[in-house]
Amino acid sequence: MTTAEGTYSPAPGAAPIGRMLLAQTAFETKMLLRNGEQLLLTVIIPTVLLVLFSSVDVVSVTGPGNRVDFLAPGLLALAVMSTAFTGQAIATGFERRYGVLKRLGASPLPRWALLTAKTGCVLVTEALQVTLLSLIALALGWSPHGNPATVVALLVLGTAAFSGLGLLMAGTLRAEATLAGANLVFILLLLAGGVIVPLEKFPSAVRGALELLPISALSDGLRAVLQHGAGIPWSDLGTLAVWAVLGLAAAARFFRWE
Amino acid sequence: MQSEPPAVEVAGLVKRYGAKVAVDGLDLVIARGSVTAVLGPNGAGKTTTIETCEGYRRPDAGTVRVLGLDPVTDSARLRPRIGVMLQSGGVYAGARAVEMLRHTAKLHAHPLDVDALVERLGLGSCGRTTYRRLSGGQQQRLALAMAVVGRPELVFLDEPTAGLDPQARRATWDLVRDLRRDGVTVVVTTHYMDEAEQLADAVAIVDGGRVIASGSPEELCRGGAESSLHFAGPAGLDLGSLVKVLPDGAAAVELSPGSYRVQAPMDPRLVATVTTWCADAGVLPEKLTVQRRSLEDVFLELTGRELRS
Repeated sequence: MTTAEGTYSPAPGAAPIGRMLLAQTAFETKMLLRNGEQLLLTVIIPTVLLVLFSSVDVVSVTGPGNRVDFLAPGLLALAVMSTAFTGQAIATGFERRYGVLKRLGASPLPRWALLTAKTGCVLVTEALQVTLLSLIALALGWSPHGNPATVVALLVLGTAAFSGLGLLMAGTLRAEATLAGANLVFILLLLAGGVIVPLEKFPSAVRGALELLPISALSDGLRAVLQHGAGIPWSDLGTLAVWAVLGLAAAARFFRWE
Repeated sequence: MQSEPPAVEVAGLVKRYGAKVAVDGLDLVIARGSVTAVLGPNGAGKTTTIETCEGYRRPDAGTVRVLGLDPVTDSARLRPRIGVMLQSGGVYAGARAVEMLRHTAKLHAHPLDVDALVERLGLGSCGRTTYRRLSGGQQQRLALAMAVVGRPELVFLDEPTAGLDPQARRATWDLVRDLRRDGVTVVVTTHYMDEAEQLADAVAIVDGGRVIASGSPEELCRGGAESSLHFAGPAGLDLGSLVKVLPDGAAAVELSPGSYRVQAPMDPRLVATVTTWCADAGVLPEKLTVQRRSLEDVFLELTGRELRS
């Protein structure tokens, strides 16, 4: 089969950067939402935990309000971790393994734009998660307090912290090790990071260490604002900022594209 | 007017992985608008050389210029102008062929018509199947399409037909020919002889991290050892009288009883000399053949090894 002469005449050039960013973000989001395991992790698990523990008296909650007033902030924190850390680590790890990152490295898309698109994809997914979880929590009788801007600041800083750690893992370990490791960390932090089990239930010796985890800082900060109506939780924001700086710097330093 | 730099200019390239030297002082110049085959056995340094041109590897020594640019430091300017087909992978496991190609096209300013390219390479039949479930041939064709969709000036194809069936290989070759017709420079690595002979204007034979021979397929097959003429006849012919009438330096041997080979610079007169000698001896030469050297012979002579290892 032949084609008309001139069909393949060179006409090289990168698309405008805005168009590339938009296309890459949309494509990454589409890939993520198509992946069944990712949806289980990011949507189904937080939703099931929220509904289950709000209606059944399995874990003893603390603080004012209904059970859902304690649980909703923790599960918002879990949603951020599932997307920014676990999901992103696993997806990026396999993209690296299958040469996707390598091939994109020879395309007109700059690396910073690829990382920006990944961040965009994470933020879009989180917006969907937060909307869904909030609607369910409200239906279960949730009455959130505090300043929404503070909540957004906590979510954004938490996303930065977990993204740095997730990319560090994806860019240094084998894809299978990332898959196993990211899931293990997800479960450990779900249990020991104040998501559904209050940190007050742990012995005080370990509690001090657990409070320094990014998931604890995020769930504690969100709970301080949303459940207790506190002002700005500076210490939690500070903990998240330290994790974000360390994680992103280490990822930038050690990430291998192939 | 300033003359355009060559498509690729590699001088004294050295690349090591730990203690292992993958490329060892390689020189290569590729002219614009040509199809060049980089030919060599597995482990010869082909892929390392190509990936250095693509900006993936930093040379340990030597210089690499692609379209006049340094692939590492001028990467942002170079990348939009080249098309890359990796030896494997490069596609999201969960992506469908056509949507992946459409996405790749969106990263370029003036991409090809995606539908036409899909039809030409038979990617429409992939339907909703995701990449990880495509056949090897479909994955190869998708990677090829992704390399050309941005209308590059220069395309690097790393073993584009490895493992393809004959029909799919031919489709790939046809596309490469159309690219050349329209002025695209194509660099293709392969360990298939016939691919180089069929496609390439120029061939660079790589072994042990160096270019050990280069030129057009005709140039490489000419020169060096002579071509040969074979014929069959009764056993025990007196070849001494034949050698006397042949040009100086020619040789004639009975390879096995009744099977003869004459080695000499081959031309029509030499064939006439041999058949006249046969006529005088009352011998009818059967299975008379003249063999030109193939690239495979050239490679064997240069390295003492089979090319397809």
